[in-house]
Amino acid sequence: MTAHSAPTATVLYDIPGPHTRKRHRLYGILATFLILALIGWIVYLLFDTDQFTAAKWTPFEYKGIQELLLRGLGNTLKAFAYAAVLSLVLGAFLAVGRLSDHRPVRWVATVLVEFFRAMPVLVMIFFIFVALKVQPLPALVAGLTLYNGSVLAEVFRTGINSVERGQHEAAYALGLRKTQVTTFVLAPQAIRAMLPTIISQLVVALKDTSLGYLITYEEFLHAGKLIASNLDYDLPFIPVVMVISPIYIGMCMLLSWFATWVARRQRRNPKTEAVGVGPAQPGTLMRGGR
Amino acid sequence: MRTRKALTACAGLLLAVLAAACGKDGSPPVKGPKADQLPVYQVDKGFELPDSRTWRNAKKRGYLRVGAKEDQPYLGEKDPATGVYSGFDIEIARMMSASLGFDPKTIRFKTIASANRETALQNGQIDYYVGTYTINDMRKKLVGFAGPYYMAGQGLLVRTDEDDIHGPQDLAGKTVCSAAGSTPYQRIAADYPKAKLVSYDTYSICVDNLLTFQVDVVTTDDAILLGFAAKAPDEMKVVGKPFSEEPYGIGVPRSDNALRFALNDALEANEKNGNWKKAFDATLGLSGAPAPKPPPIDRYPAN
Amino acid sequence: MDVLTDNFSLYGKGFLGTLELTVYASILALVLGFVMASFRVAPVGSLRVLGTVWVTVLRNTPLTLLFFAVLLGLPRFGLVLPFNVFAVIALGCYTSAFICEVLRSGINTVPTGQGEAARSLGMTFGQSLGAIVLPQAFRSVIPPVGSTLIALAKNSAIAGAFSVTELLGTYKTLNELGYSIIWTFVWIAVGYLIITLAISALFHVMEKRWGVAR
Repeated sequence: MTAHSAPTATVLYDIPGPHTRKRHRLYGILATFLILALIGWIVYLLFDTDQFTAAKWTPFEYKGIQELLLRGLGNTLKAFAYAAVLSLVLGAFLAVGRLSDHRPVRWVATVLVEFFRAMPVLVMIFFIFVALKVQPLPALVAGLTLYNGSVLAEVFRTGINSVERGQHEAAYALGLRKTQVTTFVLAPQAIRAMLPTIISQLVVALKDTSLGYLITYEEFLHAGKLIASNLDYDLPFIPVVMVISPIYIGMCMLLSWFATWVARRQRRNPKTEAVGVGPAQPGTLMRGGR
Repeated sequence: MRTRKALTACAGLLLAVLAAACGKDGSPPVKGPKADQLPVYQVDKGFELPDSRTWRNAKKRGYLRVGAKEDQPYLGEKDPATGVYSGFDIEIARMMSASLGFDPKTIRFKTIASANRETALQNGQIDYYVGTYTINDMRKKLVGFAGPYYMAGQGLLVRTDEDDIHGPQDLAGKTVCSAAGSTPYQRIAADYPKAKLVSYDTYSICVDNLLTFQVDVVTTDDAILLGFAAKAPDEMKVVGKPFSEEPYGIGVPRSDNALRFALNDALEANEKNGNWKKAFDATLGLSGAPAPKPPPIDRYPAN
Repeated sequence: MDVLTDNFSLYGKGFLGTLELTVYASILALVLGFVMASFRVAPVGSLRVLGTVWVTVLRNTPLTLLFFAVLLGLPRFGLVLPFNVFAVIALGCYTSAFICEVLRSGINTVPTGQGEAARSLGMTFGQSLGAIVLPQAFRSVIPPVGSTLIALAKNSAIAGAFSVTELLGTYKTLNELGYSIIWTFVWIAVGYLIITLAISALFHVMEKRWGVAR
């Protein structure tokens, strides 16, 4: 899992003996050397192509530019907040639809979920933006909501279906109706168990807010592009990437890390014992990517 | 391990925020029209245009919403730091605003990419659009045009060390960049099929690609290209004669003929009283081009 | 309806563009993902760090930002390549991080006892890897690799905004030509469905053929 795994045998290797350890150390030194050389070469290229000149970096010293970037970051977070809340709501609705006892409702929900998961999210955003003539922010939020809501619907449904049968049998035996069983017994356990997966999906939503750049929504990347393509600042493209990508990656990593943290806590939590899913399990057809 | 990584990320974010909290006031210096050299337009306070829905809505709102370009130096350019728009197109928009009875200072500009102009006018995101918008019959089916207020022509922008390209006839085999869905793009595609065409939403990325050798030529209206060349004269030049006529109009919602006629009158008045020339000299004129004679206004009938 | 028949060659070009992007980027992603996965399980510390950093950074990078950085950034280092090559690099590197994680968890599904048994029979590292571990890991990674490649096909739509010829980008021309925008998008959607369903079917067949029953 991490760089310092305990000295146990894996499926690939036995516990290395003294000779092998020596050999590994040699490989390690060689590999480190190669990696450092690669990094050095990249740094050399950066200097060689004048990416660290004053003209390219001074714009960042000004309040106006910093505020522009912060405004963009704010817009990114705003789109993310809307999309996250709405996707959770839509996901819940669609999951309820898919678990319905009525065949037409189930059928409609299934078609919606499958369709929105199969479409590239960008195609939906462009469709809403261009064909339905919607403003950039609502178009972006709507596209993200449809896609992530459908994926979350599947997450919710899998979660509810994987709660141990005994739980709902017991609840029915107590005389609860189906709605009560779902809301009081199944959903709380399922959501707790699926929380890491839900958060990971929200990371996807956060990353995809950057698609707003393509429909002229004035988010973080758009702010970066405005600075990067300005001839007065000597096209500080690489500096802009160096400034904005750590912030983007940092935000997403923070959220991903939160998902792992929740997952690790869940494993020790007795409240999720009745749910038969390992948290953060990749599985449904469309997961990955995005 | 993971925790430590996350902590590092936290610290990095904190540093970024801290760094952002302290900075020089104002914005980096820019080349471009200086605010104090721009003409002042007299606001026609008593102006009324009850026949125009757009105007009535704007009156109720108290200000005009104008669509523009944000990345065309000396025409329609937005200072990334201050958010202030400047350039010749912007001056035309301000001129029109004053004539319609709205203080030009109150205009809310909105950046609309070339491909989305008709949509923005059709769904009322903006009241009118001033941004290198070529009048043609196909667009007249979708939107209305006041003007033209300027006659541009398609030109070619190349790197200064380029000696092989003198006109559109030399484009065969060259990579040519233009804005997606624009008139110049379609002309190259139709008339010079041997050129390799690429497109972006905005010209600034094309120019960026030109300077990084990804493309050989940027083509669009000479006015736009002159603005770019004026910003980096050591690296780029405009070559050849214009090979088309691009009358720039003010886009208005198609059904709003009253607004269109009012803008035509306002344009004519401003061309007569010298405001037009002043606006040109303070913006596009800075790139060294002398003020031309404004083209005659096309008052096509309502339909 | 006539949007498709009138502009068949345009749609065809876009469709082929998307297909090409998908195929080449998939190959790159699989190769890079395999290399990174082997780094991540390697007994050499610095390679493990490299693999971990690669995966963590790329998985948390918005793809639009990566496209932005690769398509507009790499040319600054004097690297002049066709646009679709850059797009393949961006898409392939991005997806390789996901492929890497899929492959790594695939290797982890093989019980340790399998490797121990192989080694106790005297198999060399290469033999146990080639004959015991990878075949079993391969079976369990077929479905997740399939979904990752479907995601890749869908992600390729972003390339259209960076002047690469692909399916979504065709809407711009058709919009300008005045065709019904709804139908334009319907046919674009159909195009993507064809590609994603084809990948889905391919992996379904592969799973039927080689997958493990669990």
